[in-house]
Amino acid sequence: MEGTRKRVTESFFKHKLGVFGLVVLAILYLIIIFADFIAPYNYTTTHRNFVYAAPSKIRFRDLEGKWRGPYICEMTKARDPITYEVIFTEDLNTVVPVKFFVRGEEYKFLGIWTTNLHLFGVEESPDKAMLLLFGADRFGRDLFSRIVVGGRVSMTVGLLGTFLSVFIGAIIGSLSGYYGGRIDILIQRFIELLRSFPRIPLWLALAVIVPPNWPSTWVYFGIVTVLSLIGWMGVARVMRGLVLSLKEKEFVLAAKVMGVSDMKIIRKHLIPNTLSYLIVVSTLSIPGMILGESSISFLGLGIKEPMTSWGLLLKQAQSLSELESHPWLMIPGIFIMIAVLSFNFVGDALRDAVDPYRTVEKL
Amino acid sequence: MKILTTSNLKKHFPIRSGVFLQVTGYVKALEKVNFAISEGETIGIVGESGCGKSTLGKTIVKIYEPTDGKITYFDPSGQSHDITKSLPRKVKATFRKDLQMIFQNPFDSLDPRMTVKDIIKEPIDTHRLFDNEKSKDEYIRELLNKVGLDTEYAGRYPHEFSGGQRQRIAIARSISVRPRLLICDEPTSALDVSVQSQIINLLKEIQRETNMAFIFISHNLDVVYHMSDRILVMYLGNIVESAPSTSLFGKPTHPYTKALMSAIPSWNPTKRKLDKVKLEGEPPSPINPPSGCPFHPRCQYRLEICDKIKPEPIEVSEGHFSSCHLYAKQ
Repeated sequence: MEGTRKRVTESFFKHKLGVFGLVVLAILYLIIIFADFIAPYNYTTTHRNFVYAAPSKIRFRDLEGKWRGPYICEMTKARDPITYEVIFTEDLNTVVPVKFFVRGEEYKFLGIWTTNLHLFGVEESPDKAMLLLFGADRFGRDLFSRIVVGGRVSMTVGLLGTFLSVFIGAIIGSLSGYYGGRIDILIQRFIELLRSFPRIPLWLALAVIVPPNWPSTWVYFGIVTVLSLIGWMGVARVMRGLVLSLKEKEFVLAAKVMGVSDMKIIRKHLIPNTLSYLIVVSTLSIPGMILGESSISFLGLGIKEPMTSWGLLLKQAQSLSELESHPWLMIPGIFIMIAVLSFNFVGDALRDAVDPYRTVEKL
Repeated sequence: MKILTTSNLKKHFPIRSGVFLQVTGYVKALEKVNFAISEGETIGIVGESGCGKSTLGKTIVKIYEPTDGKITYFDPSGQSHDITKSLPRKVKATFRKDLQMIFQNPFDSLDPRMTVKDIIKEPIDTHRLFDNEKSKDEYIRELLNKVGLDTEYAGRYPHEFSGGQRQRIAIARSISVRPRLLICDEPTSALDVSVQSQIINLLKEIQRETNMAFIFISHNLDVVYHMSDRILVMYLGNIVESAPSTSLFGKPTHPYTKALMSAIPSWNPTKRKLDKVKLEGEPPSPINPPSGCPFHPRCQYRLEICDKIKPEPIEVSEGHFSSCHLYAKQ
């Protein structure tokens, strides 16, 4: 076993894209763990003066060309008298320096102790100047803070959902493969039936079951359940195939002859022997889950305000006119892309490392 | 005391094909197999590949469901149970403890994810032989010693061992619950010749100590002769000859047995074989076996009757049965 583990890790670290994906994922997860600290503003606080404000320009030299370090200018809001369009004008004479470790809004660090220290930001009151890295939404909330906090939902929904679907899929798949015969046919046809439904309408139909008056954390788990209720089928198929070949192995027959119960055979022999494949399959199915959550939230049936997720943030970018005048609302989409790609890279690298013969197909 | 008897045991595997998996034929792996085994006895089963030896072993231990016939199991108190269709709940525990099996391929019969200790512990835990860990560990060490393995190996994984050592682990596992009948399904065929004899001697030693009954399945006549009290020769799912081993080797009667024996390579190249009986061609397909005697298409003593009527076992000498028309009493 030791030898195998060494071989697997070695060949994983040879896969450049996989290592790159792993690093990106590590950074993303660090960001969401310390989201409150990294976000310069509270993700729910609205700022009337900064509705749909564009990303702030960070300047280094003042009007006279003197080096001032990174700073932003105060903003004044005005309306175009003819079109009523909101126009932001920078007051170039003001200097609001951007600093590390500034005091801002209070929050609970890691949910334990209350503090107001943020990684970076400006000390100016948010009425006059705000550091908006990615601009603001229609309530004047800082999009960067919302993306950082929204990652909590988007990045964990995939993990939890995959865990649940792999759990369900592994059990149903091994039952199907182990008992064979009528049970197998029944389960396989059922999976085919479910798989032949178009995915998004099925998600929506299931998401409708989640009551609208549920608190947002419950909704979150509701979404996870919905995603995994559909996601287990791919895992079950792979698992069935693996178990079909494993159950003819003599060590399984030996366990049967010894009188070991079927459930124990599945638990102690079949699942441990397929574990490496299961891990690969899970990494490859996480991106699907992330996209699923985004789709559901994008269509308005998933995570609800004031909670936030990348899909929900993208929802604001639904209309073309919005996109045209506030293109920064697309930024959450870039984060989804980065996360999905990274998981795919890691999954590919893991698959190549664990399974040199490529028996596991990409889901 | 008897342990197990079969009468007219039959096993046909359905062949399914098409969209709805209709049964389109049967592989007739076993046809009317009768035998009985008692405590301390060793029965050897020989035959070519595909003759149903392993199927017989697996049917007896209830991995396969027999198609027809009867298997009777006698529990330690001597009471008989019909276990043909299913294992009654009451009998199951004692049956699973009484019958153990050693498999052909020691590279396949040990779970690669378990340590040697866990492998041997599995049957012990299943049958709850010990209730405290300490005496269990003691017993496992004792077993490892008995099969000639170092007790320090207990924490290792199967891939760290050679074929012979793995087979010893498999033997330790199967004798751990002190079965009354051990079915050895070609336990030596995957091993080197020198290791084969060690394993055979180990098995014989275990039998001497415990009075365990063996069913010894092999295609190697020498090994079977060395081990068995009684030998069954199988051909295409039928027992064609059944005799005490000395009688079978001293005076083989069935043409197939003679052919098998003349196929044993002699260590002395100048020495002549007993009867020159040559086997030509492959054994016929068990899906569509020949009519009458299954051996008649390859038999050089073929009579007219052979392709019409299947011969019944005939007692040619005491305890020596041969299913061949050549010995029919006129």
